[in-house]
Amino acid sequence: MKKIKGKAWKFGDNIDTDVIIPARYLNTTDPEELAKHCMEDADPAFASKVNKGDIIVAGRNFGCGSSREHAPIAIKACGISCVIAESFARIFYRNAFNTGLLILECPEAASEIETGDELEIYPEEGKIINLTKNKIYHTKPLPSFMKEILEDGGLIPHIMKKFR
Amino acid sequence: MKKRPMTLAEKILATKLNRPYVEPGELVEISVDLTLANDITGPLAIKVFEKTGINKVFDPKKIVLVMDHFTPNKDIKSAEQVRVCREFARKYGILHYYEGGRCGIEHALLPEIGLVGPGDIVIGADSHTCTYGALGAFATGVGSTDLAGAWITGKTWFKVPETIKFIYYGKPKPWITGKDLILYTIGDIGVDGALYKAMEFTGEAIKNLSMAERFTMSNMAIEAGGKVGLIEPDKKNLSYIKNRLKREALILKADKKAKYADIKEYDVSKLDLVVALPHLPSNVRFVKELPQKIYIDQVVIGSCTNGRLEDLAIAAKILKGRKVNPNVRCIIIPATPNVYYEAIKKDYLRIFIEAGAIVSPPTCGPCLGGHMGILAKGERAVATTNRNFIGRMGHPESEVYLAGPAVAAASAVLGYIAIPEELGLKEED
Ligand code: SF4
Repeated sequence: MKKIKGKAWKFGDNIDTDVIIPARYLNTTDPEELAKHCMEDADPAFASKVNKGDIIVAGRNFGCGSSREHAPIAIKACGISCVIAESFARIFYRNAFNTGLLILECPEAASEIETGDELEIYPEEGKIINLTKNKIYHTKPLPSFMKEILEDGGLIPHIMKKFR
Repeated sequence: MKKRPMTLAEKILATKLNRPYVEPGELVEISVDLTLANDITGPLAIKVFEKTGINKVFDPKKIVLVMDHFTPNKDIKSAEQVRVCREFARKYGILHYYEGGRCGIEHALLPEIGLVGPGDIVIGADSHTCTYGALGAFATGVGSTDLAGAWITGKTWFKVPETIKFIYYGKPKPWITGKDLILYTIGDIGVDGALYKAMEFTGEAIKNLSMAERFTMSNMAIEAGGKVGLIEPDKKNLSYIKNRLKREALILKADKKAKYADIKEYDVSKLDLVVALPHLPSNVRFVKELPQKIYIDQVVIGSCTNGRLEDLAIAAKILKGRKVNPNVRCIIIPATPNVYYEAIKKDYLRIFIEAGAIVSPPTCGPCLGGHMGILAKGERAVATTNRNFIGRMGHPESEVYLAGPAVAAASAVLGYIAIPEELGLKEED
């Protein structure tokens, strides 16, 4: 997995899937369409402000609520390379891996990073560097099963490898 | 390997895996008894499935597709999504495809028509799939990709969850239902209080709940971050599945000495009717203790949480001979065609219409801000649904207050968040 570099966008606790992608836009599965409305109800201009590679940083229980995979898809399609949070809701956690969105659980990073901080992430080592604040954080290592899924490029390629 | 005491969640997984036990934290791959998708998550699962080029589903009898969210199709795009599902169902001979007048809200419909039973492993591309925990099924929400994977292999993976046990005792006061119990619980432990964990609801007060109320409680396990919300099968459960479930039920119980991550006890006789204020289901208050009157614009009685006949019965009792407040739109949504039909037979619909309420066809509709009752900027609704997140029922600056059917109906009459006692209604029966 490659190094990631980008600017942080900070959100609070319990960012739910209705905030990530409101249900009124769920009459499509098109990633580009979904991306336009990413985080709209928390910050209406979010999708237009994000630069490719940027990172979402949030508090507890990120992605709680519905099972809509449209949520990680919208986040990924609007250019976000990684989500760092104190904790993730369980369906969102599965969906992120399944769709190939990198997510990292790191309470310390989640609380200290602020919007605008420049971050550098080494996913393999679980290392997050805050270039702006000159700090290094370490995440919990990924369960090996999850790493396998990510390495295979998502759940479906992973299944196909065994299924054939 | 020797046996060891297990929680209900562990017991179901171990039994299905044919193993003496499973341990919290371990990853298991397991065959599924049923998979579910709807008109929002179905098209995405189909897209993922078709990309693989595998032209065969694991078992067309174990796939359920319910077109309930935007039904009757609210616009061209939604109609297209349903068309995708319909064509998929035809192509693969999916037996359980529900649309139009055969379709109800999935989590009310599936148990009602006997598609789920005790001991089942169910995954659904809908977070409220945990509803079937009320039947003693290990049922949980997943995403569309997980679902597509199961359509191919017939299997899915789980991390065996730790379990928190919730014991409810005492006799509830009049009008209190399972909705108040579960909202109170979420208020107590928070929206991530059971994150990654199984919830096991037990105790004499649970035994006394109707199946409808148990479904309501298990339905909202996800609102505390739970993976499943399980209730041990008992006589009521068995009489519910009799004449419904066409398979042998697997009746399992938790072991007395099972290890729990935590045990919570609640004396329900101390509870009053509750409401969850915006914008989290855990913002729970006793209605009686609200510091001021909260005026409302809309009431919604329905959803997979509280759209069953028992819920409509409570609403009918309160609305009978009364009028919906002129400042309020009261929308009542029977959850399934059968609930609708029974409500006609019991004359509830006449009561609702005479009161000035709107009766909608079975649909998720406003619950997720889809259609059939969307809120404008600044508007407030009391809803018997399960989520009050920002923008859930419409404009990002609208507000949703969650409650049971009694508070919703009383509020519809009075125009502010209220309890039936304020209408001079004392006893429930
Ligand atoms: S009624 Fe609401 S919560 Fe239930 S399945 Fe429909 S949208 Fe989801």
